[in-house]
Amino acid sequence: MDKEIRMRAEGVNFFYGSRPALKDVNLEIYRNQVTAIIGPSGCGKSTFIRLLNRMNDMVPKSRLEGRIFLDGDDIHDPDTDVVDIRRRVGMVFQKPNPFPKSIFENIKYGLEINGMRDKSVIEDKVVDSLKKAVLWEEVKGRLYDSALRLSGGQQQRLCIARCLAVEPEVILFDEPCASLDPISTSRIEELLMELKQEYTIVIVTHNMQQAARVSGNTAFFLLGEMVEFGKTQDIFTKPRDSRTEAYITGRFG
Amino acid sequence: MRRKIRVSGAFREPFERTSARHAGKASVSAGSCRNKQAAQKAGFFLLFCCILMTLLFLGSIIYFVFAGGSKVVNWDFLTQWPRNAMTEGGIFPALLGTFYLTLGAVTVALPLGLACAVYLCEYTPGSLALNAIRIGINNLAGVPSVVFGLFGLAVFVKFFGFGVSLLSGSLTLGILILPGIISASQEALMAVPNSLREASFALGATRWQTIKKIVIPQALPGILTGVILGIGRAAGETAPILFTAAAFYTRRYPQSPFSEIMALPYHIYALMTEGTHPRQQTAIAYGSALVLLILVLLISGTAVFIRQRQRSIYG
Repeated sequence: MDKEIRMRAEGVNFFYGSRPALKDVNLEIYRNQVTAIIGPSGCGKSTFIRLLNRMNDMVPKSRLEGRIFLDGDDIHDPDTDVVDIRRRVGMVFQKPNPFPKSIFENIKYGLEINGMRDKSVIEDKVVDSLKKAVLWEEVKGRLYDSALRLSGGQQQRLCIARCLAVEPEVILFDEPCASLDPISTSRIEELLMELKQEYTIVIVTHNMQQAARVSGNTAFFLLGEMVEFGKTQDIFTKPRDSRTEAYITGRFG
Repeated sequence: MRRKIRVSGAFREPFERTSARHAGKASVSAGSCRNKQAAQKAGFFLLFCCILMTLLFLGSIIYFVFAGGSKVVNWDFLTQWPRNAMTEGGIFPALLGTFYLTLGAVTVALPLGLACAVYLCEYTPGSLALNAIRIGINNLAGVPSVVFGLFGLAVFVKFFGFGVSLLSGSLTLGILILPGIISASQEALMAVPNSLREASFALGATRWQTIKKIVIPQALPGILTGVILGIGRAAGETAPILFTAAAFYTRRYPQSPFSEIMALPYHIYALMTEGTHPRQQTAIAYGSALVLLILVLLISGTAVFIRQRQRSIYG
């Protein structure tokens, strides 16, 4: 693991009210790698990934200890511009959440709010990101139809396209295939393998096969603790911790 | 009607099947099933009676207004000025005045109410202050309209010196419909799924961009519902404009926001309580009531139409 560190969590504790959700998590995320986070429900995976682009800012009465760095800058520093962090660290959610607008407008929105005005540039960008998300062939004839008329898998790829359009550096996937059928899931996985050439990717998943297929590094979370972190191959073939072994062999979770 | 019967039939069917299956095994359960069915029948009958009663009231209101008013309403009635000490002629200035007042009230209340609702929903996290404000707004909705009238008289007419005018009346009516618009807007904003806000934030949108381009457009149909109800209320209220805007008779069209104006509800009130020719005046009052009813229906209809179109563009 001698690659460049893109994001780093240092001694991260997180509380919902008085209930601790994360306990002293230390983790590095490497450039152009897929880092998978696995673990049973309620282990803090989603909480952790949402800290990486400050999505938990909106959660009332929550509290963070420790620090998270993006290229060496503390993203929770009061001087840090949260809007800029969120543009640089994009996110694809568990349930596809396209805006109730046309396919075209869904992607245009991200470009516009980031100050792009030139119509022809926007059009090129829309087409470009749809192609990158491998959705272009399916929607090229109906860009102005409602995004809500797409299938679940198509909607999720539209959400990925929308995310790609604003040129993030890191993309967070919070169980992106949880509500999709196997065919859509394999499409998204293929896409992940493509995207990793250009982007740094973090993916939370329930599905251990998925983690094994797509990721270079894997972190195993349990009850808010990060139990083990290492190369995916090592985690799945020779886990150091007995709890990791119990989980990946299906003895609990 | 037909649909209602079908629904009750669908409800009954599974019960019948169950009771038939149990009948052989235990007479007790069959009996209790029969009781349940009887109770259900009685329940549906009661609900049906309630609906009938409501429709009866609504129907009779419409019938009486139509019966009393349809004889006098014609094109001249709508376009002419009152003549001969209100015993002849039309109601055009009152119609125009009500239109202006309603428009004014919505112009005051919509931006203010929407701003309030956005602030309460999108900016303040669930706090004590928020609850206090919410209770305050709900109480405001319960204040009798004549109190709003007195408030308007004290504040807009006297304190700000707007006089008895279109402006004072619009402001008073605006405040009257404000709570309704705030709570309808609040509900509409809260119904916008959080996932859409998160999607927008995750693209690097500010709170304001998210509210302006995602949340409000999505909430617009609900907000318009509040506006529709507000329009109905503003057009029909008499007490708030009694001291702030309305005149029994004006000689000219309103020249500016500071003119006194005539308005339909007050016109009806005046026709019924003042003057020397009750018989002619009552007929005109019924006619005015009919026009008011249709006017409110038209304005609401337009808003409903806009709302439906908003909904159907992407759905």
